[in-house]
Amino acid sequence: MLNFDKEYFNIGYLDTLAYKNTFVHRLDPRVKLVTTIVFVFMVVSFPKYELSKLIPFFIFPVFMSAAGEIPARFILKKLLFVSPFVFFVAIFNPVFDTAAMYNLYGIKFSGGWVSCISIMIRFTLTISSALLLVATTSFPGVCRALERLYVPKVFVVQLFFLYRYLFVLAEETMRIVRAINMRTFGRKKYGLKIFISTIGLLFMKTVERSERIYHSMCSRGFNGEIRLLKMDKTGFADIVFAVTAIALFIIFRRYDIARILGELAL
Amino acid sequence: MSHHIIDFKDVHFTYPDGTKALDGISFRITHGESVGIVGANGAGKSTLISHMNGYLLPAKGTIIIGDMHLNKSTINNARKTVGVVFQNPDDQLFMPTVFDDVAFGPLNLGMTEERVVERSNEALNTVGCSHLKDKPPHHLSMGQKRAVTIAGVIAMQSDILVMDEPAASLDPKSRRQLINLLKEFRHTKIIASHDLDLIMDVCERCLVISDGKVAADGATGELLTNEQLLEENNLELPLSLQNR
Amino acid sequence: MHMSDALLSPAVGGAFWAGALGVIAYCARKLKQKIDEKIIPLMGVLGAFIFAAQMINFTIPGTGSSGHLGGGMILAVILGPYAAFIVMASVLSIQALFFADGGLLALGCNIWNLGIYPCFIVFPLIYNTLVQAGSSPKRIVVVSMISGVAALQLGAFSVVIETLLSGRSELPFGTFIYMMLPIHLAIGLMEGFITAGVINFVRSARPEILESVSVSKDLSPGISLKNVLAGFLILSVVTGGALSWFASSNPDGLEWAIEKVFGTSELSEHEKGIAPALKHVQNKTSFLPNYSFKHGDDASEKEKSKEAWPNIAIGTSVSGIAGAIMVAGLILLCGLGIKFVKIKRD
Repeated sequence: MLNFDKEYFNIGYLDTLAYKNTFVHRLDPRVKLVTTIVFVFMVVSFPKYELSKLIPFFIFPVFMSAAGEIPARFILKKLLFVSPFVFFVAIFNPVFDTAAMYNLYGIKFSGGWVSCISIMIRFTLTISSALLLVATTSFPGVCRALERLYVPKVFVVQLFFLYRYLFVLAEETMRIVRAINMRTFGRKKYGLKIFISTIGLLFMKTVERSERIYHSMCSRGFNGEIRLLKMDKTGFADIVFAVTAIALFIIFRRYDIARILGELAL
Repeated sequence: MSHHIIDFKDVHFTYPDGTKALDGISFRITHGESVGIVGANGAGKSTLISHMNGYLLPAKGTIIIGDMHLNKSTINNARKTVGVVFQNPDDQLFMPTVFDDVAFGPLNLGMTEERVVERSNEALNTVGCSHLKDKPPHHLSMGQKRAVTIAGVIAMQSDILVMDEPAASLDPKSRRQLINLLKEFRHTKIIASHDLDLIMDVCERCLVISDGKVAADGATGELLTNEQLLEENNLELPLSLQNR
Repeated sequence: MHMSDALLSPAVGGAFWAGALGVIAYCARKLKQKIDEKIIPLMGVLGAFIFAAQMINFTIPGTGSSGHLGGGMILAVILGPYAAFIVMASVLSIQALFFADGGLLALGCNIWNLGIYPCFIVFPLIYNTLVQAGSSPKRIVVVSMISGVAALQLGAFSVVIETLLSGRSELPFGTFIYMMLPIHLAIGLMEGFITAGVINFVRSARPEILESVSVSKDLSPGISLKNVLAGFLILSVVTGGALSWFASSNPDGLEWAIEKVFGTSELSEHEKGIAPALKHVQNKTSFLPNYSFKHGDDASEKEKSKEAWPNIAIGTSVSGIAGAIMVAGLILLCGLGIKFVKIKRD
């Protein structure tokens, strides 16, 4: 079950990156979350044939990955393997939209190709910024930011538990899967029957675990409500970061920096 | 200080599936004692621990924690008095970061945020884990996890510390550190374990449990050197005494 | 199938986010009212369970390709709709962040597509009405498969609608539907079969576990049809309201607002979001089989886009490309610069 180990390794690695200590990692999670959301909104707000105005937006993921010491290769690799769905949908644009839009030294580009490339650029920008958000912010930090931004606590607590036990259960699953592998002599995929009984077993173990967790919660005074500390504070650096980033996004959204630069140069 | 007393009188408990787990168990543990509980698998150790903070209530018999009878209305007080460290740290460290986890108990006691932070920091200091504060539990080693679960219980300032297999799956060095840590505590300590050497090291008194009853109760040095008694209860001499 | 940021317009993404958040808040309140404390850790670890289960692949019989569990149905059966929805939303959030499935804006759509349908439509209307405590394993299999198909078809249909409303893709409604629904028929059947398989397995191996779990389920009692419909009416009014508010003053309000703020006026008529997209949908579906008609349609569109993009001189597009390359180069330099400074400092 190579696939399993690889996926587990991937989240594990992403999670480890989040606990580095750089300028970007130290920023208030709320600031990073809000900035990223604004970024995504700006990027997707362009009309569908936009290309040149999208390019300057790469500054945000590039900055986050360089300043946050996140290996760009890791992010790029994840982008490549993720979501064939977008590609599948975008590739139909050239098929259905064949009106010529650009004429570059005699080579005609149809509107479909332009919008297809535009979708792929949007994809790269939005997904890399989401990945970089978790790579530079510990997940509990993101959750706490959500709580401070008035997301219902039940949901925030749910995210906490999910994050905490994701790794525990993944390891447990890995043990079960290895045990099966040892007795199926290297067949990589399983029939439905083995799959269902594996999942069933895992399910029962999980419910039992929740009983034990509940027991230990009770023993430390749990009475139906999970209380959370409010620890994050927004500092000067956070405000500077947010204001600069959002101001840049607005400028990039409004002015076609690439074209202006190109015209100046030519 | 009657606070630190645990008194079981003729306690019976049967699980819904019919398994008789406690069958008339009686003992009294007083202030400052450290007591080891030993017994074979299925002897009733875990059930016994579940009774100490009222997760299970006895079908028959009485339990006194501190100066109160344990019943539905006093459960919360019992949980404040008795802190339990469970066998599997992954079940106990359920919050996403070490600090959140240690603060969980104090927050439930209704303290102010400053007090909670102060206490949690103190507790983490005691077990030597201050540097792990912001880490998620899945980044910790087994020994660190164990230390943090203990911090979580200390932070509640319970008078009585109950532990279920505290040394399970610890490497030798972490186990030694744990033993040294336990020796420093002035709490009333109750430790259930198969690690008889640990019990020898940490506890003066020992209860041997068998079939839901107390088979023997006395000084650790006497009970755990009594080969015949241990044999009868499906146990054996502590390793340190075996090859003399 | 996960919806993705790149295919969304801000208005559609925002509206579905509002809808998803609204339902989360509603479920949170419901759970708070009738909470059994035990369900908090249970929900948490079951979310992790869905994840772990998704990581195991199995062979789909007869095809050799592999599939995995979605999770919405099994959660609804085990936890009841409110808790199941919260768990599903949390699972999708982690997928969006850690697996980069879809992105932040699309998360609202994904929660809607993969959470709402199984929990609030299929479970109460199909599964819960057809399966009782004493139902035979066979019955559970059949009903689960019907439910799985229904949930997945609704989800896939939503993806199509969201994509078309956003107007980023040129895929005509009919073609898109034709591509999405059959695949999801198969996925839905598998989902239902696995759900039933696991439920039956646990029921025969450790029946008390399902019972102990359903104690907490009873506390968020079986929803009546009336309540569901009322809930949906409110929801659709709210989201519809939000949508039409966005879309009110101009075809695509939010986009229009952004355009106004940023002063771009080159939006062509045929890509201004919802209303034209609907028109587009209508055109393409109604004329889909008739190719000669469609041809004419295409031609008129060509004209339109010509209007919208009045002959862009070669000069400007060259300077655009040159500029884009320069900007990209500069950004890369910035990144390398930061890296270099960092290495120097260490």
